[in-house]
Amino acid sequence: MNIQMMTMTELESVEGELGNFAVTLKQYPRYVDEAKCIACGKCADKCPRQVRDDFNQNISFRKAIYVKYPQAAPLKYQIDPVHCIRMRGGRCSECERACPCGAIRYDDSVKKIVVNVGSIIMAPGYRSFDPSGLDAWGYGRFKNVITSTELERYLAISGPTSGNIVRPSDGKPIRRMAFLQCIGSRDYNQVRKNYCSSVCCMSAIKEALLATDRDRDLRVSVFHMDIRTHGKDFERFYDRAKQKGINFHRCRVHAVEPGDGPHDICLRYITESGKQITEQFDMVVLSVAMETSPETVALAERLGVQLTPDGFARTSCFTPVCTSRPGIFACGTFSGPKDIPLSVVEASAAATASSVRLSDVRYSLSYQKQFPPERKVAGEPPRIGVFVCHCGSNIAEAVRIRQVATYARSLPGVAFVETSLFACSQDSQEIIRQRIQEENLNRIVIASCTPRTHEQLFRETLRASGLNECLVEMANIRNQLAWVHAGEPEAATAKAKDLVRMAVAKAALLEPVPPVSVRITPQALVIGGGVAGMIATLALADQGFPVHLVEKAAQLGGNARHLFRTWKNEPVPEFIDSLAGRIRDHSLITVHLKSTVVEAEGYVGSFRSVIQKPTGNLAIDHGATILTTGGQVFKPSEYDYGLSQNILTALEFDKLQAVGDERIVKGKNFVFIQCVGSREPLRNYCSRVCCTHSMQSAIALKEANPERRVFVLHRDIRTYGLREELYRRARELGVIFINYDVHQKPNVVVNEDRIEVIVWDHILHEPFSIPADVVVLATAIIPNVETRELAKLYKLPVDMDGFLQEAHVKLRPVDFATDGVFLAGLAHYPKPIEESIAQAQAAVSRAVTVLSSRWVDLDLVKARVDETKCDNCALCLNVCPYEALVLEPEQVDNTGAEVSGGKQKLVVRAAKCKGCGSCQATCPKEGISITGFSYSQLSAQVRAALAKA
Amino acid sequence: MNNWYPGFEPKILAFTCNWCSYAAADLAGTARIQYPTNLRIIRVMCSGMVHPNLVTEAFQLGADGVLVMGCHPGECQYQDGNLKAKARLAVVEEMLSLMGLEQERFRLVWCSSAEAERFAEVVREATEVLRKIGPSPYREDFPGYTKREEVQCL
Repeated sequence: MNIQMMTMTELESVEGELGNFAVTLKQYPRYVDEAKCIACGKCADKCPRQVRDDFNQNISFRKAIYVKYPQAAPLKYQIDPVHCIRMRGGRCSECERACPCGAIRYDDSVKKIVVNVGSIIMAPGYRSFDPSGLDAWGYGRFKNVITSTELERYLAISGPTSGNIVRPSDGKPIRRMAFLQCIGSRDYNQVRKNYCSSVCCMSAIKEALLATDRDRDLRVSVFHMDIRTHGKDFERFYDRAKQKGINFHRCRVHAVEPGDGPHDICLRYITESGKQITEQFDMVVLSVAMETSPETVALAERLGVQLTPDGFARTSCFTPVCTSRPGIFACGTFSGPKDIPLSVVEASAAATASSVRLSDVRYSLSYQKQFPPERKVAGEPPRIGVFVCHCGSNIAEAVRIRQVATYARSLPGVAFVETSLFACSQDSQEIIRQRIQEENLNRIVIASCTPRTHEQLFRETLRASGLNECLVEMANIRNQLAWVHAGEPEAATAKAKDLVRMAVAKAALLEPVPPVSVRITPQALVIGGGVAGMIATLALADQGFPVHLVEKAAQLGGNARHLFRTWKNEPVPEFIDSLAGRIRDHSLITVHLKSTVVEAEGYVGSFRSVIQKPTGNLAIDHGATILTTGGQVFKPSEYDYGLSQNILTALEFDKLQAVGDERIVKGKNFVFIQCVGSREPLRNYCSRVCCTHSMQSAIALKEANPERRVFVLHRDIRTYGLREELYRRARELGVIFINYDVHQKPNVVVNEDRIEVIVWDHILHEPFSIPADVVVLATAIIPNVETRELAKLYKLPVDMDGFLQEAHVKLRPVDFATDGVFLAGLAHYPKPIEESIAQAQAAVSRAVTVLSSRWVDLDLVKARVDETKCDNCALCLNVCPYEALVLEPEQVDNTGAEVSGGKQKLVVRAAKCKGCGSCQATCPKEGISITGFSYSQLSAQVRAALAKA
Repeated sequence: MNNWYPGFEPKILAFTCNWCSYAAADLAGTARIQYPTNLRIIRVMCSGMVHPNLVTEAFQLGADGVLVMGCHPGECQYQDGNLKAKARLAVVEEMLSLMGLEQERFRLVWCSSAEAERFAEVVREATEVLRKIGPSPYREDFPGYTKREEVQCL
């Protein structure tokens, strides 16, 4: 409602400055009236002109009038003037005649629009590198060489092959597939591009697993230089791919050659044991780079936004979403290759960065969401609408959707059944809303994914259609069915029918419940005074919200106090001091040093936390909480750490280097050992920052004295994104890199005053001994122990490594499942300073959505007393953990005073009740029940589960 | 495999807590961890919400097995709902013997939201155990049921 979507529009020019920009936009003609088009598709049916579908990577065809893809927003057709017969001067008006709404506008024209805005966020994204010009990869020459973007379309169920991977040359199934990594990335020789595209290792692994899941006989090999799985839970994903039989070869294949058969492709490579192999494949996938398109470069030029030589927006590590022009912000791949979670984080961060300076005019141009009045359905017989979702291929691949839908029609109370490709997409939401009204539905069952991520969305759909939000029930046929029963369509479909039957049985008993709201306390609590906490505190206070910042140490700064320079060579100490200074001087910030949070209660909008200070305890009321509790350095017990003064952790090395310690200044031979404590069974994750950090140190050592010998012993070098430049520079300076295996770690031998590092050399195939003056251990980042305690206080989940577990890894990277609590920084996962800052800004953006509203609706899952059944026996009083149940005098006189001897009755204090249902399980008479989980509803599910299909 | 009841597939119900095992089941999906199709999940907000009558009702209606899954001790979203579940569901064991059912048909399992593999393993295990025990005598739809009576007579 407060978003005006302008598609097919380009930004022409920008006048003015932060706070008051005049933006000139050029809107290209759609030739279809958006207000009239209902996207029925009749126009495209009739259109005689076939055009290669560029969305499907030209694998299939579309018409000259088309929608780009089924989930396009807005879902409106458009005419492609380059191919339309009429537009090219021919005689045709098929679409105009076919359109039932009169939406076709052949005379539509370019419009100039000027809008006034306070700030601008640039998110132009990337384009896939086109490998056509490169002979070595054979793209365009061999039909069976495709790009990873094309493979994505083959794998998509809504794509041109309905999710089947076929050999492009003859449409036959494939048996042997190879991925070639780093095509157009990390390749200065051929394409003058040195950066790493950051996401292709994970996407190749994902595609390989998807492909082998669909076809168990498919053999997949991945040829890579390093595998870069540096994100949260990525390392385990990589391990799973290895276990599942995906072959990984550390080798840059030099060229793609024609194979033995007409459809074969031949790759020659050398294994790690030095053997030369020639292998035939019937599909080769090129993992192509992300690059900035020339249009984006031109746009940046028009706006006066500086780009790096690689074509990405120039940003500072300290202001990761600010471009060189004040008031214009950047997020996503515009400022460097990155994955979805970080793009989502940056998007929220850009929202914060752009609204800080506009906070005094907040709400001056916005509208409030209005829902239609609720239709009364209590007492009506159930008319249940069932919507079965394909989830693209996700569900449809394992479950026969049509059978499930037909079966649902036969169930008692079901009035309407429909299937949809993506039930959560905007157009499907609109359809559900329409159906509720047309069919007069009063209970809804959505058979799709998990209510943990999507129930809220469907609840809003119900509200938008005039139904109480409690009248929806979800059948989890994706996460708990399609995804865990692949390749068993019979059993999976039978189970899907059971789950739908159970959901319908429960839905029939759902009752409308009026919403409960509470007032928001417009004050925030930030726990942890490291760089993430400081950034979050300042961004909140700068927007006018009072903040309490709690730090366990005696000063602010956290781990950043141990850092000297970012990878872009910006000084960290000065930055931290300036933050600390601004926090000290800010009138809205209260800092609690040497303090910890010891108690917490409440819910979104209304938390109360008790802070233990050296001077005593202090209770604080706050509407939102941000956890930035940080991480710590892993202290290794291997590599003889502690036995010699010359074996150091990376942070210790930095300090000695900064003070000019003799060991460093006079040292001639330096050995860096990577992955110390990371990527091992106990901590099976990549610590993300250590490769870049060692690279910085190695470069500094070499630059100070080129005579020095610097060795880096590594498992994979993970200088992801634009950090790859440092790796290149290190190699250029003569730093020697030796790869080691986790089963054959380097051996550090300390003899008196000499240290020797012995490592297996993969080229010589024999142990190689390096005399070392200093050994630097790139040690893991581990979560703080206190994080676990705090998580318990606020009832938040912690992952198996001890890091805080966000609500959704990709889509809600700074939220928790619990509303009003957010996270940022190392407490979430190891990350460099710029990502911590972006995440802190993102957390602020999410917190402000709570703090800036005056009321918040409470969770409706609460206990309610059924007075016709409750006989006030009070058995439930003792089991309630929140003292939310009380006996109150039933009879009061006119003044409200208790009438002596009067009966007492059970009352629920809604704000205290959290809906755990202990009372319900204790009650012998079904006298108290939890909304949405009442005894009768659960019992109906039990009966439905065990009923005959 | 059950030799007396070839082709027998147990029907298993699980009451799973929204904060731990239900989330673990979701995560098993995200991670594409495969397990048998015998389980039907009923989502509850806490294992402490499961009334013992619900479990006995399930057995009366012919469930071959019932799982109640909650957070590990000390990790309950609602302080100690899981421990209350443990205390309260002790009665189910008594009910099982009164109903003439094997104790193995009911299990109370702790499983955190991160333990997707454990969740899948619990389902695999339960399915395997119940396949061996055979169908519940309360289950009317299974043709092998009368056969078992004959075998016992011999």
